[in-house]
Amino acid sequence: MTGGHSGRQAYTGVPRWLYALAVLAALVVVLPLAAMVARVNWANFIPLVTSAPALAALGLSLRTAAASTALCIVLGVPLAVVLARGRFPLLGLLRSLVLLPLVLPPVVGGIALLYTFGRQGLLGSTLEVLGLQIAFSTAAVVLAQTFVALPFLVVSLEGALRTGGQRYEAVAATLGASPGTVFRRVTLPLVLPGLASGAVLSFARSLGEFGATLTFAGSLQGVTRTLPLEIYLQRETDPDAAVALSLVLVAVAVAVVALAYRRPGGRGPDGKAGKQASGERPTTAAAPGGALT
Amino acid sequence: MRGNRKLAAVLPALLAVLLATALPGCAGGGAAAGSSTLTVFAAASLKSSFTELAERFEAENPGTTVTFSFAGSADLATQLNQGAPADVFASADAGTMAKVQEAGLVDGEPRDFATNTLAIAVPPGNPAGIRSFADLAKAGIKLVACAEQVPCGAAAASVEDSTGTVLSPVSEENSVTDVLGKVISGEADAGLVYVTDVRSAGGRVESIPFPEAGAAVNPYPAAVLAGSSNKAAAGRFLDLLAGPEGQEILAAAGFGPGSR
Amino acid sequence: MTFSFQAAVAERGFDVGLSLGPTETVAVMGPNGAGKSTLLSVIAGLVRPDRGRAELNGRTLFHLGDGEKRWAAPHHRGTALLAQEPLLFPHLTAADNVAFGPRSAGTPRRQAMEQAVRWLDDVEAGNLAGRRPAELSGGQAQRVAVARALAADPGLLLLDEPMAALDIHSAPLLRRLLKRVLADRPAIIITHDVLDALMLADRVVILENGRIAEEGPTRQVLHKPRSAFAAGLAGLNFVVGTSAGDGILAARGHIAGHSEDPVPAGRPAVAVFPPSAVSVFLTDAHGSPRNSFEVAVTDLEPHGDQVRVRGGGLAADITPAALTDLGLVPGMAVHLVVKAAAVSVYPL
Repeated sequence: MTGGHSGRQAYTGVPRWLYALAVLAALVVVLPLAAMVARVNWANFIPLVTSAPALAALGLSLRTAAASTALCIVLGVPLAVVLARGRFPLLGLLRSLVLLPLVLPPVVGGIALLYTFGRQGLLGSTLEVLGLQIAFSTAAVVLAQTFVALPFLVVSLEGALRTGGQRYEAVAATLGASPGTVFRRVTLPLVLPGLASGAVLSFARSLGEFGATLTFAGSLQGVTRTLPLEIYLQRETDPDAAVALSLVLVAVAVAVVALAYRRPGGRGPDGKAGKQASGERPTTAAAPGGALT
Repeated sequence: MRGNRKLAAVLPALLAVLLATALPGCAGGGAAAGSSTLTVFAAASLKSSFTELAERFEAENPGTTVTFSFAGSADLATQLNQGAPADVFASADAGTMAKVQEAGLVDGEPRDFATNTLAIAVPPGNPAGIRSFADLAKAGIKLVACAEQVPCGAAAASVEDSTGTVLSPVSEENSVTDVLGKVISGEADAGLVYVTDVRSAGGRVESIPFPEAGAAVNPYPAAVLAGSSNKAAAGRFLDLLAGPEGQEILAAAGFGPGSR
Repeated sequence: MTFSFQAAVAERGFDVGLSLGPTETVAVMGPNGAGKSTLLSVIAGLVRPDRGRAELNGRTLFHLGDGEKRWAAPHHRGTALLAQEPLLFPHLTAADNVAFGPRSAGTPRRQAMEQAVRWLDDVEAGNLAGRRPAELSGGQAQRVAVARALAADPGLLLLDEPMAALDIHSAPLLRRLLKRVLADRPAIIITHDVLDALMLADRVVILENGRIAEEGPTRQVLHKPRSAFAAGLAGLNFVVGTSAGDGILAARGHIAGHSEDPVPAGRPAVAVFPPSAVSVFLTDAHGSPRNSFEVAVTDLEPHGDQVRVRGGGLAADITPAALTDLGLVPGMAVHLVVKAAAVSVYPL
């Protein structure tokens, strides 16, 4: 008999050799991180991570990642809804194109952005007439981060929208709610867990953005040099600083991923547990980014 | 479901193919019997000259094959410190070579086989009208330079010091390639790079030499590595570098003559 | 006429016309895939038919074809839908769920909540107002869903098997509730349960293959079914043929029976008789006016304290003792015998 939550006697059906490979897989990820932690110069850790360039980079990273996450939400939510609910030709093609940055090397993204928003780019001259110069500005960093992070939010949210189905929306409409009301009062609240995890993943990916930023935005302290770029630069002369800052980035990433994958709270009878019925775990189709590419 | 099953059937085969193709690649570093390999770690800026030199070297030393690893000098130094096997190290700056030497990885003394000086690179047509080093400090000029942590940035800083000019670049890049890329793409009005970089970029940028560059001549040292299993060939490669043939090829790429 | 409807969806082979009076409740029954849900979806505006038109209380819901292209969006129709599952919005309390309709119609929050509480009281769920849907049982949730549908003040209430997902203890309670609330408002209810049709509906419509096979007052349809499905619902044997004398001529031969009004010969007609009037013999029996059908037994199943014997599309109810005496097993050839007096014949 199934022993409820005792778990000890519960049959899992996992062959033993699978555990061996699973441990190996975990080591592939954990071992390098552990090796890096082992190299941290703890005596100088605080001064290294609180130096003016380091703090400027960390602050810039947090600010730009927050801005690009906001941009991802504003642009990504409508896109995900259209992809999940819309019915028009070439929808599949649109989805593939939008998700492309997930598999594209970020440097390619940077080049693409350069030829779009750069001075000589597709929109660059128009923007320049309007007095907007994107290259070498913090806006360029946000743009690069949004480019690579948007698919994370869209994939996450589209999954949640699809799992949820449209039955609640249909019922809401027959109760007299206009499409706008349905979106605001039914669709959005229902996919909130998916939206939250998508936003967190976008934030994490933005925080780790490197290739597109370096290619498109440049590298200047306080303006465009985010934490990953600072790490890359410090590595040239001061490996200790690079390792210390890497640890900071890993810590932030761990916190962010833990936030996104935390188990939904139990359905307490006190009524404050917001997740139930259709409230599955947040749907997250893609792994969090944060790697230096 | 059916798709998954298909995938499950294909997966082991796929893994087998991947392993089969990857493993010889891992093991293939060893030299084939009857011939020897000379492994050269060289700064990225040396790529075209060294590739040409290697052809001469292989012709003069039948049976010896030269393989290169071109990357940023600091990256190469890190790899050497981590035990990467190589016979020769050619660095783009003295500081990096000094670090490798301090780690006890160098056999004998490094030799400065070439020098490189800074030049201003501008997009074709010089749209911002840059004429001199002082022009780089003008307001509204989008200048891209190297960060001070890398050799080209250090060189730029010493020119700034000697001339009393204060530059405010819009971006401080990690490598000259990144600086050059931003000039070529037209994002930047000007970039501070090496003469050799301008030369290798061909017609995609224009070069504006400036006399103040003399304040920061950058020597390129090369050395035989202590871990080399082929020190004789490595020594001959350094001789070729410093010899007339080597100097000619390096000069063609824009390098200045070495001191020794 | 409160509600009139005519629509065709070619893709689903659906073509149905229907109308309702001001307080009329119609039960829609039929086999799976007959188009019952399509009917509700088209009325609610969730599926667009190829052509047709519908009006509710003088307003046009849609008018497509004939050069017209009018289509009211679902939220402008006033046709609240109650499905098999309650589909309460999981992030809202029961009261907020019920207030959803009024608030969507622009009622201020406080007023909408007052209405919600009244409706919850009306469905005997007033004590559940502050609960989230996850904290409600299936029956409680469905009652709240009824309150939510009613609170939207629909011109026509659409119910899609509202009792199907409930356990046997919750269903009677909801059925009583629906009987009360449906009494004075027009509604269409899809159901598989003949009890729902009898208790809740004034009229039953039988859908088969996207078309109306039969319709009429519930009692009449169950008493004198004119479709195999309705006969099945009423638990009657049903044989189609043409009228001949006192009986009908069917594929399986002449079936003697009696009719209240004489049917002219050669007209499509049916012979209907209850399984309880059918006896089972191992050999052909002769005697007073009776019908005998030789069939192979296909199924034996318990039916109350009797055993239902099925074969050749007919059914007979016998006692367990008779079953033992006859030694019936599936595959055996038997004679099903029914007296002409027990066979009712009427035109289709």
